[in-house]
Amino acid sequence: MFAYIIRRVAYAIPILIGVNVLTFYLFFVVNSPDDMARMHLGQKRVTPEAIEKWKASHGYNKPLLLNRDAEGSGRFTETIFFDKSVRLFAFDFGYSDEGRDIGHDIRQRMLPSLAIAVPALLLGLLVNITFALLMAFFRGTYVDVSGVILCVILMSISGMFYIIGGQYLLAKLFRLMPISGYDVGPDMVRYLVLPVVIGVVSGIGSGSRWYRTFFLEEAGKDYVRTARAKGLSESLVQFRHILRNALIPIVTGVVVVLPLLFMGSLLTESFFAIPGLGSYTIDAIRNQDFAVVRAMVFLGTVLYIIGLILVDITYTIVDPRVRLT
Amino acid sequence: MHAVPLVGKQPCFSCVAGLVLAASLLLSACSDQPWNRPYPAADAGRNILYSSFSERPKHLDPAQSYSSNEVTFTGQIYEPPLQYHYLKRPYELIPLAATSLPVARYLDAEGNALPDDAPSGTVAYSYYDVSIQPGIRYQPHPAFARDEQGALRYHDLTAADLADVYSLGDFTATGSRELTAADYVYQIKRLAHPGLHSPILGLMSDYIVGLGDYAKMLNKVWQDAGGVQGATYLDLHAYPLNGVHEIDRYTYRIKLHGKYPQLLYWLAMPFFGPVPAEADAFYSRPGMKERNITLDWYPVGTGPYMLTVNNPNRQMVLERNPNFHGESYPSTGEPGDREAGLLNDAGRPLPFIDRIVFSLEKENIPYWNKFLQGYYDSSGISSDSFDQAVSIGAGGEVSLTDAMREQGIRLNTAVSTSIFYTGFNMLDPVVGGYSERARKLRQAISIAIDFEENISIFQNGRGIPAQGPIPPGIFGYVEGDAGINPHVYDTTPRGPRRKPIETARRLLAEAGYPQGRDIETGKPLVLYFDTASTGPDAKARLDWLTKQFAKLDLQLVIRGTEYNRFQDKMRKGTSQIFQWGWNADYPDPENFLFLLYGPNSKVSLNGENAANYRNDAFDRLFDRMKNMDNGPQRAELINEMIDIARHDAPWVWGIIPKQFSLHHSWYLNSKPNLMANNSLKYRRIDPAQRLARQAEWNRPVLWPVIALLLLVLLVILPAFFAFRRQQRMSAFGATR
Repeated sequence: MFAYIIRRVAYAIPILIGVNVLTFYLFFVVNSPDDMARMHLGQKRVTPEAIEKWKASHGYNKPLLLNRDAEGSGRFTETIFFDKSVRLFAFDFGYSDEGRDIGHDIRQRMLPSLAIAVPALLLGLLVNITFALLMAFFRGTYVDVSGVILCVILMSISGMFYIIGGQYLLAKLFRLMPISGYDVGPDMVRYLVLPVVIGVVSGIGSGSRWYRTFFLEEAGKDYVRTARAKGLSESLVQFRHILRNALIPIVTGVVVVLPLLFMGSLLTESFFAIPGLGSYTIDAIRNQDFAVVRAMVFLGTVLYIIGLILVDITYTIVDPRVRLT
Repeated sequence: MHAVPLVGKQPCFSCVAGLVLAASLLLSACSDQPWNRPYPAADAGRNILYSSFSERPKHLDPAQSYSSNEVTFTGQIYEPPLQYHYLKRPYELIPLAATSLPVARYLDAEGNALPDDAPSGTVAYSYYDVSIQPGIRYQPHPAFARDEQGALRYHDLTAADLADVYSLGDFTATGSRELTAADYVYQIKRLAHPGLHSPILGLMSDYIVGLGDYAKMLNKVWQDAGGVQGATYLDLHAYPLNGVHEIDRYTYRIKLHGKYPQLLYWLAMPFFGPVPAEADAFYSRPGMKERNITLDWYPVGTGPYMLTVNNPNRQMVLERNPNFHGESYPSTGEPGDREAGLLNDAGRPLPFIDRIVFSLEKENIPYWNKFLQGYYDSSGISSDSFDQAVSIGAGGEVSLTDAMREQGIRLNTAVSTSIFYTGFNMLDPVVGGYSERARKLRQAISIAIDFEENISIFQNGRGIPAQGPIPPGIFGYVEGDAGINPHVYDTTPRGPRRKPIETARRLLAEAGYPQGRDIETGKPLVLYFDTASTGPDAKARLDWLTKQFAKLDLQLVIRGTEYNRFQDKMRKGTSQIFQWGWNADYPDPENFLFLLYGPNSKVSLNGENAANYRNDAFDRLFDRMKNMDNGPQRAELINEMIDIARHDAPWVWGIIPKQFSLHHSWYLNSKPNLMANNSLKYRRIDPAQRLARQAEWNRPVLWPVIALLLLVLLVILPAFFAFRRQQRMSAFGATR
C-alpha cells in the first residue's frame, strides 16, 4: 500500500502543475497586471507611474509565461508564472497582493469553516442514514412513499431558501438564536446551531434518498435472503448485514469530501457572517488578488487529491476484498 | 463496525435537530438576555455602538486609505489639521489638531509678497503655515514603549523575538508621546514612499514643491536598498523635502506651486494626518510583516478612538483612546438643529461612546433583520427592504411606514455630493465632436432619457435629476428656476418639466436623423452603450434605457463587457455612450467641473474627464475659476461654464442620489455629514433604552419547539410500533 500511496503522490505533481498553469492562464485572460494594479490602487487619481510602480513592487512587471528577452532557462524562470508558482510546491503561499501573509490568513479562517462543516457532516450522516434505514425498512409502505416524496420536495428547494427561511423562522420569528455572527470559545455554539441545523436539513433530501438506494440494493441480495432464511431477526438483518455493507459506498463518499471541509462554504459563511475560508477565494477573485487565488486553487487541488487517496485507502479497510497494488 | 445500538438509539432526523436546538436553547436560557442576541452577554447595557461592514477595508495606512469604507476607520483614528463642522451647512472647515485655519501667503516668482486676492496667474508660490495644538498625545502603542534606560523597547526586535507574537496585543508594554509638527511633515513625505502607492501622489506632486522629485529620489534609494524585494522601511528624516518642513515643534510649512486653495480641504483628510516615525520603524522590524503586523493593519493615531481589534473577517473594534486630548460638541449649527435636538449636547466633551463594534455582514437580509431586532443602531435601506421601511406619498413626499414608526425608528435623508451621469464620448464620430449635428443629437437624447422615471422605478425615489455637473450643497449650485437646464427642461408654474419628446424629435431631425434614420444614407441610426453591468440585476435598467432611445426611433445596442475591458475601452476612447459616476473629495465646484476640463481628458491624459470633453472657452473659465475664493465673481464664472456645458451636452446630466438612513430612537445626534469622516465622536446612544427595547422585541417564542417535538413523537411512535410488530412476527405472519 505504501508504494501505491507514493505512486499516487507522484501522479499528483503533474496534476498540480497543470492546475497551476490553467489557473494562471484563466486568471490572466480576464485580468492583466495593469487591471490588477488599478483594482488595488483604487479607481480615482491613478497615474500610469503609480501602476508601473505597483507592478514592479508586486512582481508583475515581468512577462507572463515566457521571457523572450532572457537567455537559457531564464526564459522560463524570469516570468510571473515561475515567480508566483514554484514556492507553492513547498506550501509557501507568500503574501497576498495587499501584503497579507496568506498562510496566516488560511490558518485563521480554517477553524471557523471546520466548526460548521464537521458537525454538519456528522449530524447529517446520522440523520440521513437513520431516515434512509427507516424508509428502507418500511419499503413499499406509506412510510417509504411519504419519505421519498418528502425527500424529493426537500431536494427541490434551493440552498438559499433553506438559509433565508431558517433565519427568518428560527431567528427572526421565533427569536431562538442569533441570525448571524460568530464568536470564539463556548459562546460559539449559539452561533453555529442555526447554520448546522440548516446544513443538516438541507442535505436530508438528497442524502437520505441516495442512501436509501444503497440499503434497498443490499436488501435484495442473496446473503440477506440467506440471513432471513436462517431465522435472524429483522433488526439483525437490517443493522448487522444490510447497514454494514451499504456503508461501504457511504463511507467512501464521505471520506472524499473530508479534506474539502477545510475550504468552507461560500453561501453559508456569507449569510451567517462566519469568518471562514468559503469567501476567501471569491473575495480574492473579486479583488483580482492573484496571489490568493493561486494559493487557494492549489490548496483545493491538494486537498482533493488527498481525498481521493484516502478513499482508496478506506476501500481496503471497509472492504477486505479490495487490495491496493 | 457495530452499528446496531448507535442507529437504534437515533429514531429520526427531527430528534437530532431537536436535540441540537434544545442544547442551544439551554445555553441561551442560562442568560437573562434575549436568546437571539448576537453579542456577548457581558456587553449588554454597555455604551457600545453596533455597526457593520460588508467588505474589509484594504488599507488603513493614511497614505493609502481613500475609499469610504477605509476612512470610516482612519477618520476616527488619525487627526489631520482640519475637519468639517459637524452641523453647519454649507460645509465649513474648522481646526482639528490645528490651532486655527491656515492662511495662505502668496509670492510671485521673484519672492515678493502678493495680496490675498492676487490673480492666480501672478502667484508663483503659496505658503501655508500650520500650527498644531500642543499637548496632544498619541494612543497607547508598543511603538512608543520604552525600557528602563529610556530606549525604545521594541525597536531592536529580531524575528526570533517575535516567536510568540501574533497580533499587536501580544506586546505587553505600550507608551505614548506628544504629537509634534514633525509627524505631519513625516506623513507628507510618506505620500512619496515608493512602497506605499499613495493615490494622491500624482496630484500633490503638481502642487507641493519638490514632491515629484522627492518621490523619484526615494524610489531610487529604495530600489538600491532592495525595496522592491519587500523591504519598505526608509528613514524619511534622512531625506528632506523641499516643499514641506518644520518651523518649530508645533508648526510646519507647506510650500505650493501657484495658488491652490483646495489644499485646505485635503488638510481635512487622513492623507495629511500625523504618522509618528517610531511607528514606521517599529512595524518595519523583521518578522512583523509575516505576522500581518503593519501600519496598514494597526493604525497609530491621536484621535478619539483607537483600533483594538482588527479581524476584518469577523469584527473590527474601535475603543475610546485614553490619551485623547478632548474636544467639545459644537454649540452652533444651522437653523432647525436645535429643534431637532442636535444641540442638546452642546459643549459636552467628546466622544460619547466607549466602543464601536463593526461586525462583518455580507448579506443584506441578516443585516436588515438584525437592525429591526435592535442589534444594529442604524442602517441604510437596501432596495429589498425599501417598501418595508419607507412609503412615498402621491406628491413624492417620503415618510416611514407604520411598522417603522411603531418601533421608534427615525429617517434621515440627504442629497449626496456625488453624481451619476450618462456620458457621450466626445471623440466618437457619431455622438462626439462639436458640430451642430452632433450637439443636437446629444441634446435630443438628453431630453429623451427620462431620469425622473428612472429615479422613480429604479431608485425608489432616492435621487434628483441633475441639472448640471454640480450637486446641491456645493458652491455654484443654483436653486429654483434659475438653476434649470433650459436645453432639457421647460420652466412651468408647477416647477421644471422635461421638454416634450416632440422637441427631442425635432432636434433629432435637425441633426439629420429624422425618425431615427440618417438623412444621407437612409439607414437607421444605431448607437452603442458600453457597460460593465451585465448581470440579471442590470437587465431591467438596460431594457429601460433601450426604450428611452426607442422613443426617438434610435436603436441602442448594449455592449456588455466585464469591468476591466470596460475600463480599457474608456481609457482608449473606443466607447460611445457610457455611464459613470463621481463622488466628491471635497465640497468645492472645482472637484466637479474638473470632470469636464479638457486637459483632464481620460484618453489623452489619463484624467477623470471620461467624456473627453474639450471646449476652450470652458477650459479658460475653469483656469480662472478653480483657485478663486467663493464669491459672486466665482459664481458668475461657474454659471458661464455650466451654460457652455449644457449647450454642448457632453453628459446626459443624470442623477444626484439621495441617501436614506434609519436610526433607532436610542441613537442620538445623527445628522448626515457627507464630507466629515470623523463624525462617530459626535454620536451618542442611550444603552438603557436599547437594552429595554431589545428585550421587548426579542422574547423567544417557544411553542414551535414544543410543537416540533410532539410532531416528532407522532411520527416516531407508529414507526416504532410497526417495527416491534414486525420483530415479533413469525414466518407465517402471526405475531409471536
